Amino acid sequence: MKILVCISHVPDTTSKINFVNGDTEFDTNGVQYVINPNDEFGLTRAIWFQEQQGANVTVVNVGGADAEATLRKALAIGANEAIRVNATPTDGFFVAKQLAEVAKSGGYDLIICGRESLDYNGGMVPGMLASLLDYNFVNSCAEITINGTSAKAAREIDGGKETISAALPLVIGGQKGLVEEKDLRIPNMRGIMTARTKVLTVLEPVAANINTKAVKFEKPAPKSAVKLFAADDLDGLINALHNEAKVI
Amino acid sequence: MSLLIYAESADGKFKKVAFELASYAKKVAESLGTTVTAVTVNAGNVSELSKYGVDKVLKVSNDKLNNFNAKAFADVVEQAAQKEGAKVILLSSTTDSLYMAPLVAVGLDAGFASNVVGLPLSTSPFQVKRNAFSNKAFNITEINTDVKVLSLAKNSYGLVESNAAAVEEDFAPSLNDADFNVKVESVEKTTGKVTIADADVVVSGGRGLKGPENWGILEDLAGVLGAATACSKPVSDLGWRPHSEHVGQTGKPVAANLYVAVGISGAIQHIAGINSSKVKVVINTDADAPFFKVADYGIVGDALEILPRLTQKLKEFKTQNA
Repeated sequence: MKILVCISHVPDTTSKINFVNGDTEFDTNGVQYVINPNDEFGLTRAIWFQEQQGANVTVVNVGGADAEATLRKALAIGANEAIRVNATPTDGFFVAKQLAEVAKSGGYDLIICGRESLDYNGGMVPGMLASLLDYNFVNSCAEITINGTSAKAAREIDGGKETISAALPLVIGGQKGLVEEKDLRIPNMRGIMTARTKVLTVLEPVAANINTKAVKFEKPAPKSAVKLFAADDLDGLINALHNEAKVI
Repeated sequence: MSLLIYAESADGKFKKVAFELASYAKKVAESLGTTVTAVTVNAGNVSELSKYGVDKVLKVSNDKLNNFNAKAFADVVEQAAQKEGAKVILLSSTTDSLYMAPLVAVGLDAGFASNVVGLPLSTSPFQVKRNAFSNKAFNITEINTDVKVLSLAKNSYGLVESNAAAVEEDFAPSLNDADFNVKVESVEKTTGKVTIADADVVVSGGRGLKGPENWGILEDLAGVLGAATACSKPVSDLGWRPHSEHVGQTGKPVAANLYVAVGISGAIQHIAGINSSKVKVVINTDADAPFFKVADYGIVGDALEILPRLTQKLKEFKTQNA
């Protein structure tokens, strides 16, 4: 089985978010970049398939040379090889188009993406990729097992869970649940050393339409200070929620 | 040219998000000088949509669509858009609608903006404001394609009534076997409880509740408020509550009208998950807990002592204001 894991290179979840150049660009100053957390669940699940079912795992990123540190981390965790499409990710469709090209030439059985990246939160790449490839697709995928050429998956739905079956090739938009957080892999020294010798291929992008453009950013307006009530003044709180906030 | 919405329903009844979407669509249609068409799948009384400004309803009735199937539903929406010549297609931000939205966008060669939080800032060029960076910032996105797909963030517009007399029309899109290659084998629904996705009020607990045996007092509070219950990441990691209730950056997002955080200190990842909620109430023993910095109202104190009293007082309040 060949697995492609799509990796977004995103600011760490604790990063302070600021913008520069007239609020048109994200301020990368002092920001630590990591594997997108939703992708990390998928990557660990792919390594599990590698260990249990002998899968070959390729990781791919659409990004600049700075993303190679993130790809090397994925190799250190256990991916067999890495591909970087040498382009600045502009919009979700552009990224999906690049990934589709990589997927077509690689003949992958399973393509794992995170259900959304934690920077632009578009949540569109996995579905667009599946659509461009005309592969089966499961979003918000929280469990997956593979048996031969078919997959069983579970997807979180609003207020419950759905169990799904689909034939490979399959694209999933994965999330927490694919593995437990405590089971996420971190690179060990041997993995880090081995990763240095693994193949990281750089491909040039294919032409794609730019359907959407991020023209500006804004930060939420500063909040007024919290209104505190004494622990024995619950009537005060209820009164505020009813008369001021009008939510009860 | 028209504007198309997919009005989401479950068990024949429209979800509240469908009415919010219709309200939003009406306003967008006015600025574009066009009308609102809704497409519905196995919905019951579609005339309810007219109350929120829908001018025309395309009714799809098909037993094969009893379970949501992204590809099939995307086909329905695409064919409805083509039939109506719709240039703007609006979807909700439910799990199902977000599942199919990218498929619709590719199918219609359309640019797609998700998590949209307000009316278009401009219609030429077409620019919308959307949540990004896990609700820590907004991103103004320009859509450059002729056809545009938008998904509206929950509770970002509200319900606005504007009576219209909707024309109803049966619609039978052509579906093929390949639409059903992804098969739903079974569905497990949490019954009898408000779900986080549907809830206007969410009551959420953290480690300050000290153990799963104390969850009952949180559920009592949720009961009187008609709220869904949720939890912080440590609580789901400890196994006190299921992962499906974990709120935060890697858990569920919450855009409630009222979010009550009990015994949750307020890690940055948790705050990111609830930032879109309108009014935030925090109960915590630690006056320096970071959650108080983003809260609207707060009480410094022990949740185990405060919650039963708060529930009782709210019951009395509800009785008096019934």
